[in-house]
Amino acid sequence: MDARVSAKIQSVFEEPACEHNQNKDEKARKKGCTKQLSPGAAAGGCAFDGAKIALQPIADVAHLVHGPIACEGNSWDNRNSSTSGPQLYRTGFTTDIGELDVIYGGEKRLFKSIREIIEKYDPPAVFVYQTCVTALIGDDIEAVCKRAAEKFGKPVVPVNAPGFVGPKNLGNKLGAEALLDYVIGTEEPEVTTPYDINIIGEYNLAGELWQIRPLLDALGIRILSCISGDGRYHEVAQSHRAKAAMMVCSKSMINVARKMEDRYGIPFFEGSFYGIEDMSDTLRQLARLLVQRGAPADLLDRTEALIAVEEKRAWERIAAYRPRLEGKKVLLITGGVKSWSVVAALQEAGLEVVGTSVKKSTKEDKEKIKEIMGEDAHMIDDMTPREMFKMLRDARADIMLSGGRSQFVALKAKMPWLDINQERHYAYAGYEGMVDLVREISKTLFNPVWEQVRAPAPWETPALEEAC
Amino acid sequence: MAIVHDSKKACAVNPLKMSQPLGACYAFLGLASTMPMMHGSQGCTSFGLVLLVRHFKEAIPMQTTAMNEVSTILGGMDNIEQAVLNIKKRANPALIAIASTGLTETKGDDVDGYLRLIRAKHAETLDGTEIVYVSTPDYVGAFQDGWAAAIKALVAAFVTPAETRVTGRIGVLPGAHLTPADLEEVRELIEAFGLDAVLVPDVSGSLDGHIPEDFTPTTLGGATLDDIRGLGACEHVIAIGEQMRGAVERLEAIGVPCTLFDRLTGLTATDALVALLMRLSGKPAPARLKRQRGQLQDAMLDGHFHLGGKRVAIGAEPDLLFALSSLIAEMGGEVAAAVTTTHSPLLVRVPTEEVLVGDLEDLEMRAVGCDLLITHAHGRQAATRLGIPLFRAGIPQFDRIGTAHQLSVGYRGTRDLIFQLANIFLAHMHAHGPEDWPLPAEAVAAAQGQSAAGCGCASSSCSSVSDEVVIPIIPA
Repeated sequence: MDARVSAKIQSVFEEPACEHNQNKDEKARKKGCTKQLSPGAAAGGCAFDGAKIALQPIADVAHLVHGPIACEGNSWDNRNSSTSGPQLYRTGFTTDIGELDVIYGGEKRLFKSIREIIEKYDPPAVFVYQTCVTALIGDDIEAVCKRAAEKFGKPVVPVNAPGFVGPKNLGNKLGAEALLDYVIGTEEPEVTTPYDINIIGEYNLAGELWQIRPLLDALGIRILSCISGDGRYHEVAQSHRAKAAMMVCSKSMINVARKMEDRYGIPFFEGSFYGIEDMSDTLRQLARLLVQRGAPADLLDRTEALIAVEEKRAWERIAAYRPRLEGKKVLLITGGVKSWSVVAALQEAGLEVVGTSVKKSTKEDKEKIKEIMGEDAHMIDDMTPREMFKMLRDARADIMLSGGRSQFVALKAKMPWLDINQERHYAYAGYEGMVDLVREISKTLFNPVWEQVRAPAPWETPALEEAC
Repeated sequence: MAIVHDSKKACAVNPLKMSQPLGACYAFLGLASTMPMMHGSQGCTSFGLVLLVRHFKEAIPMQTTAMNEVSTILGGMDNIEQAVLNIKKRANPALIAIASTGLTETKGDDVDGYLRLIRAKHAETLDGTEIVYVSTPDYVGAFQDGWAAAIKALVAAFVTPAETRVTGRIGVLPGAHLTPADLEEVRELIEAFGLDAVLVPDVSGSLDGHIPEDFTPTTLGGATLDDIRGLGACEHVIAIGEQMRGAVERLEAIGVPCTLFDRLTGLTATDALVALLMRLSGKPAPARLKRQRGQLQDAMLDGHFHLGGKRVAIGAEPDLLFALSSLIAEMGGEVAAAVTTTHSPLLVRVPTEEVLVGDLEDLEMRAVGCDLLITHAHGRQAATRLGIPLFRAGIPQFDRIGTAHQLSVGYRGTRDLIFQLANIFLAHMHAHGPEDWPLPAEAVAAAQGQSAAGCGCASSSCSSVSDEVVIPIIPA
């Protein structure tokens, strides 16, 4: 392996801020946090995919993929990370290397590609993504990017996370490392305020950031940089001047949060925008950290006042669904999102959560689930599609909430399903988001379509069959 | 006769092309009880799988050998062995179909050799499951090349010369550009003459969006291994699309009579198929086909008002490009820009001046001044910037539902396609305004009694300064 990638991966694995990691012994830690993949029984994206997910939301940057057509051609413009301005991040750039590049090396093509992009599109920066084939033939993207940056007088950032070094989650972190190494702290903001924060690991899927932003705006808190949802290159470059940071709970960018604390003394906390109590907790922690860093103390009171108003408004709107949803059974299969924070909102709406996945949850999460759902909470570690299908068919659940991967398991069982993963088109963050989620569940559950698709066909009706 | 060029750019911008292994796996998805698998890193499969899920809105069974860098360098034999055993245990498919990727081709894995060893070692465990392999490096060719290579590999692996031909059995080798609905239409056309149609592969059996009785980890339908083996005994084989030439040549080499249609979209193209079916069956065309032909003629008459003279820009794989371009030209439209993904002998016959093997940026630049853009869903950004409508054709169409049921072959398919295209023009009809017919500066000057030469005016409507309109791709 490229020694630099290898060293990076080790450093990412040793993440001291990760509790999960700290509970391991030396040997297990060295092995890293990635499970060995099982050939023929694996699912999920590669490291390149992860790096691209993490960085592509930076909207004004040209994201150039150095590799054969598969890596970009099969995947571009397929995510739902929203922008409030530049559209360049949705333009697919790739060196689309051919057989001759594989033999003679693709560095020249890469250099020329960077030049073409700068000449035609003039972005504030170009991010260059390494892929398996170009890594295997030894293309030195760091050297090419360095030379291109000198030659064209523009930041050209190498993102060294070829697919075969590991899964998506590792790629998130390697992508984040590129920001730490080449972007963050390279520019100074024009002004700073005592209310400047960074949000780290939020990708603005379906525009969720905009469900949160009005709350922060109302409190006078400024998002100096969101890494990376609806991001701008210069904002990220200036993000080291924030007073405090929030790391979104999926931990996908824990290394950014921790290293920015080490390097620039920006304290961070782990928070979530999903669930009403989580949202309030996040606002409280933000206010507390900012006040600790010198913001006027009245921020705390204003935050509490805002929380009181917004919580009341949200609970009232959710409770309105209770008569309709009372007793309906939900199967909740989530990925990174903390299950228990959503469970509380579902329960408030009268729904019964008959099972929740805990595949990615920590020990504390599981304790919390027990607290909310009771001792006999049905926690599912790893459910096969066949088991899900059976559970739905046997009507032990009325609706499944899950990621797109298991969507067809539910639909083919003619059962209601709601997308709560990253490909979704609805935003479920903050107080507004939880109300929207409950409304969507209600809309889905009571759609008349279920009754129709479950009705027997004419040739399945015994009376008719006899008559024929 | 079109001139064919390759894009000279180092950097592809907004790719039109998808990779070979994905095309191969798409072909494998048209086989019954099959598990397609890419021999590469897990991302290779994941990207392709997500793309097909979003296009078809169906579960897509597709596996990966999950290569990492160590296994890549040491060779992927262990990974393939484990993968095959895992799939056998978990899904027990009739066929495991493997496509290589850029990664394992760069390393140079001898997969055929591996498979012989693995079969020998696990003969008993793997009993009842066939394995087929096709070489499809990502850095060569495109989606339809992978599809073509996969079918060629299937024919090579399973079809043997037959002693006798089964009367009335017609094999069909469809190209990657045909939808499940297209395949159903072809089948119905053949069956209308009392013939049996055997489609290989048959995505209309697996990706047509039906609801199975129980959960299946493999494909939900499609051509069976016996269907493939039976190709050798077909009375006749019909191939659709130039991309199928390789498979056709293999079948002809073992004595199977074949006819290759370069397209089945359009009146004359469908007439040619119907004529062949009449000859093969010895039966006249049924009345409903005759009526459908009449409907198509009428659609062409009604449609030519709207398609005639229209400038259309098309970005599609060679066979789809040829089919769509030919129809546009036959309806009096002009194919003003044509961009494709890979080389094909068909490209010189596309009715346009130049065909470029390039990307959607190339298409967008050439489409300035066109009335319609036809390409897959990734053309949506370009269409918005150009301010012209987009007609979605090909894969992927992740922002539409019902893509499996888009029909564009046969009399009915062509009829509906003409209606759809004409209706787009009707919906975007330009309403004239008072500024639409400005006088040239020369005329204005003459009317005002001034000299015509050397117009100094800087008005944008002045013909002496207005060059061709250039719409920037990125608004400043």
